[in-house]
Amino acid sequence: MSMTPFRVPVVPTLKKETFMSLYRKGTRLDERDLFTPRKVEIETGVIDKAEGSALVKLGNTKVLAGVKIEVGTPFRDTPNQGVLTVHAEFVPLASPVFEPGPPDENAIELARVVDRSLREVGVVDLESLVIREGEKVWIVWVDLYVIDHDGNLFDASMLAAMAALKTARLPDYEEYETGEIEVLRDKSQGPLKLNHTVVTVTTAKVGEYIIVDPTLDEETISDSRMVVAVDEQGRIVGLQKVGEAGYTREEVEKVLNISLGAAKVYFKSLEEALARKG
Amino acid sequence: MARKDGVTLFREDGTRLDGRRPDEMRPIRMEVGVLENADGSAMVEFGRTKVLAAVYGPREPVQKYIAIPDKAVLRVRYHMAPFSTSERKSPAPSRREVELSKVIREALEPVVLTDQFPRTAIDVFIEVLQADGGTRTTGLTAASLALADAGIPMRALVGGVAVGKIQDKLVLDIDEFEDNYAEADMPVGAAPDIGLVTLFQINGVMTREEVMKGLDMALEAINKIVEMEKEVLKSKYVKAEV
Repeated sequence: MSMTPFRVPVVPTLKKETFMSLYRKGTRLDERDLFTPRKVEIETGVIDKAEGSALVKLGNTKVLAGVKIEVGTPFRDTPNQGVLTVHAEFVPLASPVFEPGPPDENAIELARVVDRSLREVGVVDLESLVIREGEKVWIVWVDLYVIDHDGNLFDASMLAAMAALKTARLPDYEEYETGEIEVLRDKSQGPLKLNHTVVTVTTAKVGEYIIVDPTLDEETISDSRMVVAVDEQGRIVGLQKVGEAGYTREEVEKVLNISLGAAKVYFKSLEEALARKG
Repeated sequence: MARKDGVTLFREDGTRLDGRRPDEMRPIRMEVGVLENADGSAMVEFGRTKVLAAVYGPREPVQKYIAIPDKAVLRVRYHMAPFSTSERKSPAPSRREVELSKVIREALEPVVLTDQFPRTAIDVFIEVLQADGGTRTTGLTAASLALADAGIPMRALVGGVAVGKIQDKLVLDIDEFEDNYAEADMPVGAAPDIGLVTLFQINGVMTREEVMKGLDMALEAINKIVEMEKEVLKSKYVKAEV
């Protein structure tokens, strides 16, 4: 059952007037303008044992993504496709408001929004992941580990998932006469085949203002948020309204325009990080 | 007009497989006060999709610690009956149901005047009895009716409908079959009387122009849905007077 959040921090609410007066001047507490994301740092290959990994810092928010690739059986209705699964954990060390336990509705929503943004446009080429049609396929697990929460977990998680997938390598395998398959993790068949690149842009609505990449304080004082997933061709490949308020039609249009613009900043950060990696 | 895989979703005359025009909704049926125990209830059908909603409250929350000092806590559960789908659905809440409960609650928060009932809980239970596409938007519509039927003060009524993109065309109120072959599915919930979109998701690939066109299609349809809601609520009291 979903419940109105009842443990809302009080301090940011008191800061709301300060935030609003800055927005009126077109600036923010950290001196950004309304439409620029925080500084993005992406480090890939941070976990040797994972087939792909990335640590993304978006301001003070940190998300670690790990890609593990295992052999499994395909879904009955897609015998000629591998499987992609996204999970998110809000680990308790990341924030005083995260509690140990199974993923709550926020973690589930985050994982499902990232999953759909990757899936709907076909980021991972699932057809290249078949070992024996209808029997054995590669299962790609993307695990998102939120380790420091300072707002906008969606964009940080999407960047981490994308960077980890882009640097992931498909393990080699050996097939025995019995039909069994052994994964040879120290050998690789090459990079995981991807067809597209996707980023999400989260904006928060605070009164009449729309701001890109809210910090945790800004999220707390915001009325609502919108997460827009954009691919490298500028198409919208997913969208989710998150939060307790509504949007006018005009605000929706404004959000789409702002998001398509801000997506370019994230694409550039991704590109630079991956180019550095060589 | 066939797709690459040979599936055709439009007939020669441009209508859809069930005979609807691209901007036509399925037949809609609404009824309020369908349950005895609940403070408010409603049954809503969009074609073969059938959803039952019930509201309890404002009442004292069972877990006292969830009470909010200056407003009511809104609790929403979206759940599918095991027999609502072709293959039996496990009654245990799935990740999808957890997400949709949240999305529907957040679509109701902007209209329910929770600040009139501090420290209480308003519970909305949505049961999908038969799923044939558009269950979250039908559930939202049923929840809006059940809340009004329970006498909960609201800024406005909400309604919902999904727009789909199939074979590059936008169509209103896609059913399950169309959704299986759709390039995109865009559920929209709105409160037309206060001009707010309160539920908004896109699953699939669309251009910005398609999103705005689809949103306008949905908003026009939601106007009609909410007018129907008002008629159904009014007629209950007209009948009560006799």
